[in-house]
Amino acid sequence: MILTRTLTILVLFSGAAASAQDDVIAITGGKIVTLAGEPIENGTIIIRNGRIAEVGANVAVPAGAEVIDASGLEVYPGMMDAVSRLGLTEISSTAATVDMTELGDYNPQLTAATAVHPSSEHIPVARANGITHAVTAPGGSGGFGVGGPYGIHGQASLINLAGWTVEEMAVKMSVGMVLHWPTIQTSTFDFSTFSRVEKKFSEVKEQYEDRVAELEDWMDAARRYAGESEKETDLKLEALAKVVEGELPMMIMADDARDIKRAVQFAEEQGIKMILLSGRDAWKEKALLAEKNIPVILGPTLRLPRTEDEAYDKPLTAASELQAAGVRVIFASFSSANSRLLPYEVGNAVARGLPWEEGLKGITLYPAELFGVSDELGSIEEGKRANLIITDGDPLEIRTEIKHLLIDGVPTSLDNRHLELYEKYRARQ
Amino acid sequence: MNVKRFVWTAGLVASVRVIAGGGAAVAQTMVIRGGTILTVTNGTMVNGDILVEDGKIVEIGTNLSVPEGALVIDARGQFVMPGIIDAHSHIAAESINEGSVAVSSMTGIEDVLDPTDINIYRELAGGVTTSNILHGSANPIGGKNAVIKHRWGSDAEGLLFKGALPGIKFALGENPKRSRGGRRGVPRRYPATRMGVIDVIREAFTKARAYRKEWQDYEAQKAHGQADLVPPRRDFELEPLVEIMEGKRLVHAHCYRADEILQLLRVAEEFDFRIATLQHVLEGYKVAKEIAEHGAGASTFSDWWAYKMEAYDAIPYNAALMTEKGVLVSLNSDSAEEARHLNQEAAKTLKWGGLSEEQALALITINPAKQLRIDDRVGSIEVGKDADFAIFDTHPLSVYAVPQKTIVDGKVYFDREEDAERQKALVEERAELLEKLKPATEEKQ
Repeated sequence: MILTRTLTILVLFSGAAASAQDDVIAITGGKIVTLAGEPIENGTIIIRNGRIAEVGANVAVPAGAEVIDASGLEVYPGMMDAVSRLGLTEISSTAATVDMTELGDYNPQLTAATAVHPSSEHIPVARANGITHAVTAPGGSGGFGVGGPYGIHGQASLINLAGWTVEEMAVKMSVGMVLHWPTIQTSTFDFSTFSRVEKKFSEVKEQYEDRVAELEDWMDAARRYAGESEKETDLKLEALAKVVEGELPMMIMADDARDIKRAVQFAEEQGIKMILLSGRDAWKEKALLAEKNIPVILGPTLRLPRTEDEAYDKPLTAASELQAAGVRVIFASFSSANSRLLPYEVGNAVARGLPWEEGLKGITLYPAELFGVSDELGSIEEGKRANLIITDGDPLEIRTEIKHLLIDGVPTSLDNRHLELYEKYRARQ
Repeated sequence: MNVKRFVWTAGLVASVRVIAGGGAAVAQTMVIRGGTILTVTNGTMVNGDILVEDGKIVEIGTNLSVPEGALVIDARGQFVMPGIIDAHSHIAAESINEGSVAVSSMTGIEDVLDPTDINIYRELAGGVTTSNILHGSANPIGGKNAVIKHRWGSDAEGLLFKGALPGIKFALGENPKRSRGGRRGVPRRYPATRMGVIDVIREAFTKARAYRKEWQDYEAQKAHGQADLVPPRRDFELEPLVEIMEGKRLVHAHCYRADEILQLLRVAEEFDFRIATLQHVLEGYKVAKEIAEHGAGASTFSDWWAYKMEAYDAIPYNAALMTEKGVLVSLNSDSAEEARHLNQEAAKTLKWGGLSEEQALALITINPAKQLRIDDRVGSIEVGKDADFAIFDTHPLSVYAVPQKTIVDGKVYFDREEDAERQKALVEERAELLEKLKPATEEKQ
């Protein structure tokens, strides 16, 4: 049993890049939820050269095609974790295994993909639960936290969760610039002395204003740099220039309503494209976000309210509240180990009023659109990469199992460290 | 603003802390009508009624007659399950870790219970009715626990689950060995290795055994009528350990790795007692056979992993695999957030390890009740047991299940609709207060 599985993995995995070119795969008999129109009952998908060649109800299966029988099953676009730490961390409390956040406040020149560890055990674990591709972003604090320190942490990368090297994995090396917005905090916890440190409001407010001013200086410098024809290469400004020129969105992490408003104002003044990350108070600024057309990549819905008097279920209802107000809502794990739980973050929002299809699009089509790859990913349409999952039911439901998973048209193993340990110790007498 | 309105809203401000469960927390005869009853120990009853009197389940059946004056809770189309039991929690306590000493058994959570912690209510809103509030994991032998019911609005005394066997926290592995070490200006504390952790426990029980003998000798001499006896000096560090050896106090031991689990079981056997629960026990699946033989329960997370080295071999199949190998397993939260959806955590074992629905529900109801030795009172829907229920709009093992009402001792402590009303009123009140604030600010300027 275990031997067979191992052989299958070898065959499937080594085929990941090479054989996608010539194989033709047909997925037949399943209900296809394309997210580009009505679901197709008993539909067929033909995959050529790693891409979706045909999809429909009456599609002939070419001779010699490898057939995946999806009778009684459902086919969905593979899930996309819009902000993860996949590949950047292995054991969060062990610094030697963590490559999420550099020293220094301004590091726009860094790119997450350069530190992605392709053989991280987290990648197959996430994949086994239907995550086929993910944005991996610098700037996390590790552990269970979503946030991280203030600063420009570098560029986020979009990767497929399969491949021998990051070059094979990368869909797009750079999809956005990560900025953790400063915040005003008078009380902080100092782990070196294990005690609270209280600072005067005037003091932290001044620091806040200084930081915003510094950010503005950086943007000005990048704009000047972009405008110069002859110049010495400056890697930091070169990277930031992509933001001021509109090539890259600024992924701004902010939670407080005050910070969200200020970040929106900053983005507007700078004329840059903004994506709000985490956004715990985003619901308070829903009108502003809708008006300015700023999408939100929400932090986990399964978290506690911010304050004692906030509604117990606010983090769960915020998604539907934002969506109803016209804000584009996207979901993300902001994690590596918990990336696999992404569908349940959405399921919980759907339980509190978010339309199911909006929820599903929030982890497929919408993030693809947001990062400019919707011609490649996000729905089941001709010409797109065949990143697909085949399930025995609603992918947002906990008990649903992923039966097959394809990345770039290649059936990819669902095996992972956890399954291996399970089988190994289950066999112990 | 008229006076009446003012009084009402002022009352609301107080209510945030005091009675976020509304004024409904009054025990009365109650019939929960027409729900799908997930008894956990006795199958599922569709369209069933539950009659509650004096906080106890009196009758379960169909078409029960409603006694006069009884509160009728319409559960048609809904699912009624036993109140969820969290076997590992740190809410409702002013402090958690007495980490300055390696053995802090003289301390206890009961002394620091905080009945105003909003998490008591938030967890009610996730269907939790009973929690095992544990000391932290800073020391090999930690402080005493407190088992509570989520009687939101009561005082600290009123939270206590009267009659629950007392317990104590132990901790193995990374937490106790790194405690208070490595921080600037803070001296390191023994132990710093797993060898030391086990040694601390063995040393403590060696002392406790001698202490018990002192008292036994004294009692024997007293029984023989010996005069002028001086009793031994009471030792509050060792007394709880003697209670452990006498089966009067349960050990809840934080642990991760298979090797340290085994070491603890053997030390306990050396002193002739049993570990009640292994907590976290993320590698429990590797030594499930030994755990089952020892008779320890296992209380684990559904799927957390990789946050530290000793959690790297954690697998989401752990609960199911240990169950399959004969261990009494529960799922716990260790987190005020995770506690709010333990039903969803249980659902993960359907997929990861293939437990049945009933087995999955048992992980958060009857199994933790057995582990805490309170299964004669709670953990299933049976006649004679406490009227503790969580009512969901759909099957609680679905991601779409939303808690509607939570009942403790036959009193409604959480009602989703009432809460929504209250939230609305709070929003209005806040807007009013902000409005009042405006002119004052302008005047200052």
